[in-house]
Amino acid sequence: MSALTGTTRLARLVLRRDRIRLAIWILGTPLLGYALAGSVAGIYPDQEARLGYATTSASSLVARAFNGPIHGTDLGAVVVAETYVTLALIVALLSTFAVTRHTRQNEETGRAELLGANVVGRYAPLTAALLVIVAANTLAAVLLAVALVGAGLPLAGSVAAAAAIGGVGVAFTAIAAVTAQLSVTSRGANALAAATVGLSFVLRAAGDVLGDQSADGTRVRSAWPSWISPLGWGNQVRAFDGERWWVLALPVALLLAGVALAYALAERRDQGAGLIAPRRGPAIGAPRLLSPTGLAWRMQRGTLLGWAVGLAVLGFSMGIAGDEFNDMIDANPAAAEAINAMGGGADLINAYLAAMLGFFALTIGAYVVQALLRVRVDEADGVLEAALATAVSRTRWLGTQVLAATLGAVALLLLAGVTTGLGYGIVTGDPLGQAVELGGAALLRLPALLVVAGVVTAIFGLLPRWSVVLSWTALLVFLLLGQLGAVLELPQAALNVSPYTHVPAVPAVDPAALPLLVLAAVAAALLAVGVAAFRHRDVPS
Amino acid sequence: MPVISIGNLVKTFGAIRALDGLDLHVEQGEVHGFLGPNGSGKSTTIRILLGLLRRDSGDAQVLGADPWRDAVRLHRRLAYVPGDVSLWPNLTGGEAIDLLGQLRGGLDRRRRDELLHRFDLDPTRRCRTYSKGNRQKVAIVAAFSSPVELYVLDEPTSGLDPLMEAVFQDEVRRVKQAGATVLLSSHVLAEVEALCDRVSIIREGRTVESGTLTELRHLTRTAVTVETARPVTGLDALPGVHDVHEVDGRTHLEVEPAHLDELLGQLIRFGVRALTSTPPTLEQLFLRHYGDDPAAAATGAPTAAAASGAPSGTAASGAPAAGSSDADAQVDAPQGGAR
Repeated sequence: MSALTGTTRLARLVLRRDRIRLAIWILGTPLLGYALAGSVAGIYPDQEARLGYATTSASSLVARAFNGPIHGTDLGAVVVAETYVTLALIVALLSTFAVTRHTRQNEETGRAELLGANVVGRYAPLTAALLVIVAANTLAAVLLAVALVGAGLPLAGSVAAAAAIGGVGVAFTAIAAVTAQLSVTSRGANALAAATVGLSFVLRAAGDVLGDQSADGTRVRSAWPSWISPLGWGNQVRAFDGERWWVLALPVALLLAGVALAYALAERRDQGAGLIAPRRGPAIGAPRLLSPTGLAWRMQRGTLLGWAVGLAVLGFSMGIAGDEFNDMIDANPAAAEAINAMGGGADLINAYLAAMLGFFALTIGAYVVQALLRVRVDEADGVLEAALATAVSRTRWLGTQVLAATLGAVALLLLAGVTTGLGYGIVTGDPLGQAVELGGAALLRLPALLVVAGVVTAIFGLLPRWSVVLSWTALLVFLLLGQLGAVLELPQAALNVSPYTHVPAVPAVDPAALPLLVLAAVAAALLAVGVAAFRHRDVPS
Repeated sequence: MPVISIGNLVKTFGAIRALDGLDLHVEQGEVHGFLGPNGSGKSTTIRILLGLLRRDSGDAQVLGADPWRDAVRLHRRLAYVPGDVSLWPNLTGGEAIDLLGQLRGGLDRRRRDELLHRFDLDPTRRCRTYSKGNRQKVAIVAAFSSPVELYVLDEPTSGLDPLMEAVFQDEVRRVKQAGATVLLSSHVLAEVEALCDRVSIIREGRTVESGTLTELRHLTRTAVTVETARPVTGLDALPGVHDVHEVDGRTHLEVEPAHLDELLGQLIRFGVRALTSTPPTLEQLFLRHYGDDPAAAATGAPTAAAASGAPSGTAASGAPAAGSSDADAQVDAPQGGAR
């Protein structure tokens, strides 16, 4: 029996288990690319607009950090600058989670043991997972190239850009193959790989910020840190600007090295074991842990910290970008119109800041959904049953979770607002005043988040089995209505479905109490429905 | 007053009728075995008793209260070990025990430490790294650390080794001594036999049998092997005698306990040289109730017993232990059926 025996069968198992996820991934990435390319083409229709965009992007450190280096004024180059980082991060994380799911998670749950007792080679499970995931990345890249050509971009550039995205996926597939060998838990393996994604982002951002602007002002030549980041490699392909095809060999080389290393590690460890020993913890529960509130805090604090760091960095950067924003607006009236539509109001910089706060509030909605869905995860796991068999009422249990998610949302809103204010204040000379003003403005978004919490709670109470799907769908609908509704000129009735529509876009407009009170009342009603339904249904169900 | 009193309990999940008129009565201070094949509704019943599931119809009372309406108040007075223990993955075992205990209304710290020691459980490990057996120990320690009136245990020992099983049995006896009531769902028949005062057997959502083990034995046939001076005749005509066949001059048969007397009266006329009577093992008892077709399972019982080495094989189900000395088959050879 060779070490690869059974790989084909296991690959079919991976395909069967993930047939829906893979379909969404393989079709979703090209569709998203197509939609983004179309909207960018609409905003920067002519050479003049793109010249303005390229020059501002090349000189803006914030744009370099978040969008990567710009490579000229070709429409394709602008599309890449606007979409590359988003798409690359998506495929990086999708690939990472998929690898862990089909390797370490199987070991953690014991499924791998069940399989391994059959005629299955040592490397077969890992190889099967990698085959499917690399194939998915390849197929998604092919379709993305087709989509970009379909959006009217030149063939060579489209293929290079799509291959660059696919290359990122392949690179992180290799990295996840290694992290899956290191950590004993799938959570740990995912955390390690996701940390690598984060580090790659930071290295790429640093390399692009430290890079040089070309003589004509429309290009950025990245510094060396971009070259040690798999996320940076995609930019170095220079799609639509004299493609450098050889750069695509880097992710392939990383894949080969990663697979070799993963095989070597798998050879040296026991099934289910890792190279990083799990940490021990306290033998006695600290008094502050021993209540529903204490437990909720314990379960949330890691997630909350991650969100806080991310939002603080993002808020501060967006605040600093506020100053550069004025230049960008001067260079591009179409972009100004788009920003205006999202934020509403006359004063452009305030519209920008309001749009940013609105965007943060939407993002924090994802935190609220994630935090509250813990109750459902606990229910599915069986932990909720153990907890409710103690002297804790259902109302108290669910209420505690809602309260914890709400407090987390308040903290994150405040943090996002204050850091945005600090960033903008530092460049305009009034850090404290701006921090207070934008912190307050951000908090006004809370009622919309309360409605999100209410929606999740109501779904959890009424349709527990559908909690995860329906809650995320609801947030996605709010997101699409908020970000694209005005641009797509949807009817007001449709826009009104989203609670975010009703939040006054402070500081672009004056605050108003009535819509906030109405939102709070709707949230209270939804919460009441959710709690009442939860009290009257079976657990688990 | 019974601690648990369930009458005509019905619970449906969609088209599936999980409980179909179930009855269960557990008296104060007893250890009550709750038995039935997989999927027969044991866990559903227990979840209704804990107020986790809502009953469709029927009566259910726990400690004199309604388990659905008075759930929180009741939960201060009972402790629960679920069949499939899942815990908060990032908490340590010690933290999980203290949390569950505190949420229940407090635990006895001295007892907790003693139990940790006896069950040989490392409380500093994260719950996600525990094996099934260790997760079960966490739940057992958390439950027995709380001095409560009722312990509801759903297959609590399915992942424990024999040593830990013994510790578990000690704990059940200890809380019983202290006056607590225990509802014990289990597939470990030796455990049931060693611990339970009474048992209820359920099948397809209904109670099919309830009583002491002795009472239940009355319902199952005793296997008799007899060697006589002259060939035995006339057995087929006797009431309650089944499956008569002869091998090597020995007669094998089965008899319903109520008709043992008539059988002995008949046998004695042929000059009995040796007689072995084997009371039904617990295993036979359950096979009879668990099988798809109860009648077929009853006649099939000797085969099952033979497969497990009938008389001496009773040790497998622990029949000669504790409870079987008061078994009805008093004609049983003193050496417990050994030839």
